[in-house]
Amino acid sequence: MPHDHGDAPPHTLLPSEPELRVKALESLLVAKGLVDPAAVDAIVDQMQNHVGPRAGARVVSRAWTDPAFRARILDDAMPDLIEMGLTGAQGEHVVVVENTPDTHNVVVCTLCSCYPWPLLGVPPAWYKSDAYRARVVREPRKVLAEFGLDLPADQAVRVWDSTAETRYLVLPMQPDAARGLDADALEAWVTRNAMVGTGLPEAPA
Amino acid sequence: MSRVHDMGGRFGDGPVDATEYPAFKADWETRAHALTTAAMPLGGWTIDARRHGRECLPPATYMALSYYEKWLAGLTDMLVAGGVLTGEELQSGTPGAAPADMQARKLTPEAVAAAAGRRVPYTRDVDDPPAFAVGQSVVTRTRPFNVFVAGGHTRLPAYAAGLTGRVLRHHGAHVLPDAAAHGLGERPEHLYAVAFAAGDLWEAPEHPRDEVVVDLWQSYLRAP
Repeated sequence: MPHDHGDAPPHTLLPSEPELRVKALESLLVAKGLVDPAAVDAIVDQMQNHVGPRAGARVVSRAWTDPAFRARILDDAMPDLIEMGLTGAQGEHVVVVENTPDTHNVVVCTLCSCYPWPLLGVPPAWYKSDAYRARVVREPRKVLAEFGLDLPADQAVRVWDSTAETRYLVLPMQPDAARGLDADALEAWVTRNAMVGTGLPEAPA
Repeated sequence: MSRVHDMGGRFGDGPVDATEYPAFKADWETRAHALTTAAMPLGGWTIDARRHGRECLPPATYMALSYYEKWLAGLTDMLVAGGVLTGEELQSGTPGAAPADMQARKLTPEAVAAAAGRRVPYTRDVDDPPAFAVGQSVVTRTRPFNVFVAGGHTRLPAYAAGLTGRVLRHHGAHVLPDAAAHGLGERPEHLYAVAFAAGDLWEAPEHPRDEVVVDLWQSYLRAP
């Protein structure tokens, strides 16, 4: 493990441009027979093409249309998520928290960037930013306003700081304008930000 | 005491830039993320050790680097500390030999496909029943320190230290990061979602009913 010491830390020995730094590190590991570039390609493909917020939207739209499912995932989401094939790294212990007229939920990871990858994909840049991590616990309403979300004064905010391997998914309220639609049509209303709590469901463009 | 990564509640940051980018802002970020994942089997680092690696960056470096630059720097330092690479190799760009047992841990493309969707839980069975019940008041450790290692990894954010909250959920027993980050075993403990009133956390809360919920291990907590 790295320790605090007076020597120059190893990372300072790499080139200063990040593009070159990644290349230098990968080249060394490949040349030593420790990393297969095809495996790195496969991970890139996985992140870019096979995970994303549509998985979470399927969970939310199903919860809006299937009361038994909704009740089950609010109690313990994992059995259903496993059955739906929506689990994996960074989604081992998902907890679904429900927005109500009384309470709006928002998710953050102040200590790093914990996020439910199998449901929402790789976190957006703002989720990993210092400003979001530092501020959303102390002044969530100001931060949400920067996302264009102004909460009513009679709705409390509950901010979930993901400090453990639990990953939180916000179950937004179903908009009145989206009543009566089937789960497939509803899926298009569920934005990524609505499932983090920095937005609300929106009519598809 | 906590390290530079522990920034919850800090003053001075500007507005959140909510701009939508593709999954990554630049190709090298994607590569840095994937390379980190591909290198993990080499040292067998736990997720907690990975986090601690990034948290050990000097504060000035941590603040100067972008998110994926931190990953790269943390990864590089861990690879050297773990004997996977040497400083000489980094400086010269000329690879030395790697032990065969380390090469045998190389991640294959087939293993990437197989690992997608595989769930490796952090919950463990423990003998002792949970010490705290849902609804009960608890007090957090006075300071966010690691009891095993000075300056070590912990997941109690400084802003939630030394405060009274109430147990909202019991998550079962989970691996203790404070131990797992330092090769001290898993030492699983009951884990709770603990709610704190904004008025107890901040001098000027935005709303009297707002709350922050933090997942905290049993040894971080005591009865009032």
